[in-house]
Amino acid sequence: MSLVQRTLAALAALVAGLVLVVPFGATEGGTLPITEFPLVAGFALLAVLSLVRFRWALRIEADLILAALGAAGLLATLPTLEQAGPGFWLTLVASWLFAWVFAERLAGAITRKGISSRVGVLIPIVFGITILVAWEAVTRGGQVPKVLLPSPSGIFSSFIENIPKLIADFQQTFLKSVLIGYALGCGFGFIVAVAIDRSPFLKRGLLPLGNFVSALPLIGIAPIMVMWFGFDWPSKAAVVVIMTFFPMLVNTVAGLNVAGRMERDLMQTYAAGYWPSLIKLRLPAAAPFIFNALKINSTLALIGAIVAEFFGTPIVGMGFRISSEIGKLNVEMVWAEIAVAALAGSAFYWVVAIVERAVTFWHPSVRGGRA
Amino acid sequence: MISAQRQSNIGPILAVVAALIVLWYLGAVGMNWGIQSDSYQRAGTTGVSFSQQLSDVLSQEKPILPAPHQVLAEFWKNTVQQAVTSKKSLVYHGWITLSATLLGFAIGTLFGIGLAVFIVHNAAMDRSLMPWIIASQTVPILAIAPMVIVVLNAVGISGLVPKALISTYLSFFPVVVGMVTGFRSPEALQLDLMRTYNASRVQVFFKVRWPTALPFLFTSMKVGVAASLVGAIVGELPAGGGSGIGARLLAGSYYGQTIQIWAALMAAALLAGALIASVGFAERVTNRLLGVRA
Amino acid sequence: MTDGGKSHTVVEAQGLGLTFNTADGDVEALSNVSLDIRRGDFVSFIGPSGCGKTTFLRVIADLEQPTAGRITVNGLSPAEARMQRSYGYVFQAPALFPWRTIEKNVALPLEIMGYSDAERRDRIARTLDLVNLKGFEKKFPWQLSGGMQQRASIARALAFDADLLLMDEPFGALDEIVRDYLNAELLKLWARTKKTIAFVTHSIPEAVYLSTKIVVMSPRPGRVTDIIESTLPAERPLDIRETPEFLAIAHRVREGLRAGHSYEHTE
Repeated sequence: MSLVQRTLAALAALVAGLVLVVPFGATEGGTLPITEFPLVAGFALLAVLSLVRFRWALRIEADLILAALGAAGLLATLPTLEQAGPGFWLTLVASWLFAWVFAERLAGAITRKGISSRVGVLIPIVFGITILVAWEAVTRGGQVPKVLLPSPSGIFSSFIENIPKLIADFQQTFLKSVLIGYALGCGFGFIVAVAIDRSPFLKRGLLPLGNFVSALPLIGIAPIMVMWFGFDWPSKAAVVVIMTFFPMLVNTVAGLNVAGRMERDLMQTYAAGYWPSLIKLRLPAAAPFIFNALKINSTLALIGAIVAEFFGTPIVGMGFRISSEIGKLNVEMVWAEIAVAALAGSAFYWVVAIVERAVTFWHPSVRGGRA
Repeated sequence: MISAQRQSNIGPILAVVAALIVLWYLGAVGMNWGIQSDSYQRAGTTGVSFSQQLSDVLSQEKPILPAPHQVLAEFWKNTVQQAVTSKKSLVYHGWITLSATLLGFAIGTLFGIGLAVFIVHNAAMDRSLMPWIIASQTVPILAIAPMVIVVLNAVGISGLVPKALISTYLSFFPVVVGMVTGFRSPEALQLDLMRTYNASRVQVFFKVRWPTALPFLFTSMKVGVAASLVGAIVGELPAGGGSGIGARLLAGSYYGQTIQIWAALMAAALLAGALIASVGFAERVTNRLLGVRA
Repeated sequence: MTDGGKSHTVVEAQGLGLTFNTADGDVEALSNVSLDIRRGDFVSFIGPSGCGKTTFLRVIADLEQPTAGRITVNGLSPAEARMQRSYGYVFQAPALFPWRTIEKNVALPLEIMGYSDAERRDRIARTLDLVNLKGFEKKFPWQLSGGMQQRASIARALAFDADLLLMDEPFGALDEIVRDYLNAELLKLWARTKKTIAFVTHSIPEAVYLSTKIVVMSPRPGRVTDIIESTLPAERPLDIRETPEFLAIAHRVREGLRAGHSYEHTE
């Protein structure tokens, strides 16, 4: 074990040892000793025992088990605990430290010994769970006001209670505004790019402008679109069309120019006309650029649709829900809606990315393994 | 060679811009014509000549699509002809938005660079954080803007800081991702060379990693500064009646003041252009100092 | 027999010149080049970089336009010859499309030229067999070695049965061992198909080993300094390169290259 790992491991055992001697928490009846919580007590004892690692090596799994035990013990105390004491927080810290030791050891083992890097996905998962546990423990143990930051469990129960509403919002915002706007915006961008491709003059004029416009806060046209197309989804789709058009235009034009000199000469030796060389050479070569735009746009489209709803909508939609529930300080519902938006956004992105891998399988960035 | 090429682009750009302005005028006339006819009808005015109606159409107070000269006039009125401190001045509102943007952008960039340094030097950090950072780029982060504003307002923090926080958040991610790539971009040969000198990690960082990462820094800063501006503008939406370009947009949309909206949009576009141009300028200056050929 | 003589000449260049206008002034890439390539010839163009050997090949292929003189390909202008798809071109790099399998790459010109499905299949099988790539039909280019990729690109140039094969340093990027092997293969292929081949190289042994005729060129301005008719037999095992006859021709080529060089110094 490296110095960092040894320090962390010793610290973790020490902190867990403290858990055994300080008061764990309190109720109105008085302080709660550690003995009330056998799971935490077991964790603390085992954690102290883990000091034997400085004599006999401990397997890497031991740290993961200790971290999980600490986290589980901690979460189990939450229903009975009314006031968190020093022991509660020390348990959180100790459990976190064990998770950290685990991550350090696994990452080290992967780089050093060439353990299958597939195991590596454990590290971000452990990290994510650690964050969730800490979030839950801090918000509930520390009695953080719900308005400031609700607990994950609160968000989850709000999610479950409001599934019908969330589905309606998803349909309104994602299935209508986002998908329709995305398809139209990307489609127009592509068609215009292919159309101006034959005119160097238009390319030289439109490309710098398109690049500039892509960087503008185009979302600002949302109020105008609401005036033109009304409160319902068409105005949001229009915002999405405008936001997604320019990245697609710029990327496609750039992509159509990447086919190499030699490949173009080759097509010329076949006396191939404009269309055969477009379809057989330049479009396939442009595919990585086109997919780049499709990926950028998948995120932009969702942002555009949600933010446009802040400017006026019928009483459904993700953006509407966020702005109206936050007005009522119903923060748990806002977080639930954001969770839906996050899931929808990542799912959309990954679908595009999967299609990209299938289509541009030949590109070095895809062949090279990790995306 | 390069400057010559840039020169030759000006003609086509101007031509395209001119074409867009013509289209804009046609659109303005086409979209507002019917309303003007209706208002004549209501007022009982008849026998209006074509040229009279055309000039009326192009000087409506709340047109569906204002003509370019109307937007320019409004912009002029609210920038040059207003005291900078006035609530009507776009310079005032622009400054409010700009200050939040710059503060957030600066913090986000520094924070992003710092985190990237940790990530490239610690395998556990890399494996724990990078997947989440990359995944977070696919999430519509901007959606939390209203919540951040309202929640911070509820605990007594308002004004510049909440908006800057959103800008920080938005500029942070592109910088981390760009800089991690940048710090990893030195070739294996260059790193091997440093190993033969027995150079320390700090030396390797400042002599190899940092210079190689600079182009990535500027590229991600351009993305980041644009995102920061969007963050600041959206952060101004829930404030309601507050200041800033976002508040102007919202006020314009409440009262149907289309010309005001377009003027605010113009201000936003100018801000974005200026911000990106400054990053570009910083990039060129740095390149010249480092002797990189542009 | 002027008529018959004409039909035996594939490429005929008379006083050919080509001047590029660049930022640094005019560059005379080709100056007063006159040369015939007869049917069934294997002609190598050799010389240092900048001598115009590639430019000359590109003029034949109608990828560059000459600024002086005249040139015919199969009795037509290069543009007309290109429209009739009368030559196959092999570049320095394989230039295979990475999104197509090897057989699909070979099919590319056939698709563009409108061959039927059955004919395509037939020709792909035949040409891949010619370059010894049978069994690799379904592989993608990046799954093959550099030498195999270049063989695939030769198959692609052969697929549509043009009589003229233009090869621009096709083996330049490969290592010596692979290059020897491919040279021997190319000779066999030439003997079997009876193509006319114009071959650009900067390797003296390669030029002498392959050619029936060696055109020695020199730069600034790009021009022909010597044309050598090879006296080597048609049958050429690799060890022919150690025979006195071979070395004599190689010597003459080297002399030609040196003469071109010294000219530059006296200038």
